[in-house]
Amino acid sequence: MKEADFRDNESLELFKQSGGNILMTTIDAVIDWGRSNSIWPLTFATSCCGIEMMATGASRHDFARFGIEVYRASPRQADVIVVAGTVVNKMAPVLKRLYDQMSDPKYVIAMGACAVSGGPFFYNTYHVVRGVDHVIPVDVYVPGCPPRPEALLYGVMQLQRKIKLESMTNPRKTEELK
Amino acid sequence: MKEVIHLPVQNVEEEEYHINMGPQHPSTHGVLRLVVSLQGEIVKSLKPHCGYIHRGIEKMCEKDTYPQIIHLTDRMDYLSAHINNHAVCMLVEKALEVEVPERVKYIRTIVDELNRIASHQLWWCSFGMDMGGLTCFFYGLRDREKILDIFEESFGSRLLHSYYTPGGLMMDIHPDFQKNVKAFIKYFRKKIKDYDELLTGNIIMQLRTQGIGILSKEDAISYGVTGPSGRASGFACDVRKHHPYGVYDKADFKEILGTKGDTFERYMMRMDEMLESMKIIEQLIDNIPAGDHTAKMKAVLKLPAGEYFQRVEAARGELGVYVVSDGNKSPYRMKFRSPNFSNLSVLDHISRGCKIADLVAIGASLDYVIPDIDR
Amino acid sequence: MDNAALKERILGLVPDAEYQENKQFLTFIIPPAKMHDLAFKLKSEADLAFDFLFCLSGVDMVKFLEVVYHLESTSHKHQLELKVRTEDRVNGAVDTVCDIWRTAEFHEREAFDLVGIRFNNHPDLRRIFLEEGWLGHPLRKDYVDEVNIVEL
Repeated sequence: MKEADFRDNESLELFKQSGGNILMTTIDAVIDWGRSNSIWPLTFATSCCGIEMMATGASRHDFARFGIEVYRASPRQADVIVVAGTVVNKMAPVLKRLYDQMSDPKYVIAMGACAVSGGPFFYNTYHVVRGVDHVIPVDVYVPGCPPRPEALLYGVMQLQRKIKLESMTNPRKTEELK
Repeated sequence: MKEVIHLPVQNVEEEEYHINMGPQHPSTHGVLRLVVSLQGEIVKSLKPHCGYIHRGIEKMCEKDTYPQIIHLTDRMDYLSAHINNHAVCMLVEKALEVEVPERVKYIRTIVDELNRIASHQLWWCSFGMDMGGLTCFFYGLRDREKILDIFEESFGSRLLHSYYTPGGLMMDIHPDFQKNVKAFIKYFRKKIKDYDELLTGNIIMQLRTQGIGILSKEDAISYGVTGPSGRASGFACDVRKHHPYGVYDKADFKEILGTKGDTFERYMMRMDEMLESMKIIEQLIDNIPAGDHTAKMKAVLKLPAGEYFQRVEAARGELGVYVVSDGNKSPYRMKFRSPNFSNLSVLDHISRGCKIADLVAIGASLDYVIPDIDR
Repeated sequence: MDNAALKERILGLVPDAEYQENKQFLTFIIPPAKMHDLAFKLKSEADLAFDFLFCLSGVDMVKFLEVVYHLESTSHKHQLELKVRTEDRVNGAVDTVCDIWRTAEFHEREAFDLVGIRFNNHPDLRRIFLEEGWLGHPLRKDYVDEVNIVEL
């Protein structure tokens, strides 16, 4: 992605045009820069996409360069949950509980066709949740079966762009799902 | 002077308590829930709870045609995806009495063995990582990328290729395939010595694995533990030797058997198997005959009514595919005898009496992939 | 032992076993009441020695429910296939063989979960893949789920 596109945020432009507080925008910029460049994920991999996620973390496509330095095993310490793999009916309450245990601000990347929409297991099966957004709100969808490591890195960059949009006067609301 | 207060000391017996190694856990290799009953740090018993990735593949197979089932079996034990596909393809070809060209058999055998090496490399990564040695993770995945490059050049994707199809292969291999495979084998022979230096000879690893989780030969046969875990206990169950398929009968390789059946033996089985796989590939890679990459098959495959069974040696054990057909283009009932399902059933038996940290080492040495258990 | 000798031996042990034509394995249909004894003899007798149960499947043939056992002997290298049928779709039960071949414990739980065949004397017969309160047995041919299963 070109750097010019990376920094191009329509919402930020609108905010600046509407005459937002200069002090707040500087603080926001610093906070958002810090948050987007050090997103630490939770170890959550259910099936095949987990292997591609591990390969993205390995030495060839290193995602520590993007700020994903370590994986945290405990949801209380993680920022993002990368749902890699199929989510089935039995696992859905577990996923919801993990998401609830994460502290704000928290983000979700749905990786792979199964997490986006049920994937190859869409027809004729009785136990698959068709898309993890039935359970938790998703920020970035990364399609593919499995997505290449480069695709996951692009997804992470999109998430970084989304984080840079946040500001203290317009905080991100995580919706309460019923 | 201060008074010394003596508190009454109760003789508290250690009670058993249950902890949950939940579905989301860094070292359960997937979503497996183990409810472990502990007394202090000693494991008294454990109950595995499966089903957190049960996708209903067997039910889906009843509505899909045989070429479509290949895409589902890929995703069952995704680390030996080609071998799963090989089983289904051979079953269909045997039922329809189709003879595949020799070229196809050679390529399928070579790709199966490459897949086995890739699977064992990933096993080695996670074995080291589970025990705390994170360096192994990076070394193993670095070398695995070389195999994935070869796969990507010929088949189009890194993981989950669906390359085999009933009757042959989806497309022919890339012209550079043989050269790249030979270069990889030369490279990996040097690197596997690094693996031995890093982990096998490590005194901490040896203390943590020798004498732990012993499985006797009778138990291995009774529990149906096959693959390297079963062979470490002395159970001679290699399907490539006892019921040969592909061109395994033309290659000269040993079936490695162990005696002690502990965690270290299961580890050494897989390291030796990687060397044997390289030997098989070296013998076959220069002799791939020219020919078609597929036999002539009808557009719609209908298996004659009856039952069929095919056994192959997946990276983790013996995979069996059992099909009951009623003459239609989809099977009436398709059952996968998955190796990890039987391997998991023995975890309770062998981990009694060891500490909870050893449980992680035993689980890593049994090398289960959970989607294969749950299908 | 070759297939002809094995066939005589099995018919000697269970005279009312029904032989079924099968290209791959020697197949018998055994009445449910005789299965456990036969299984015990198959494992313990020295010339049979079937110690490896490599597959146990539950199949729903609409008129009856069937359990299929695939056996192999690691010492003599002969193979055998046995089938046990029950017509009762609600409470059909078959004797367990998990005291003879320990691998059957998990396989029988799977057959119970997905096809609904009960096993007498099983130490822990409960669902293995689906949740405890799931209604129905998905691999049966009359399993209906309008929400999830999309008919292609």
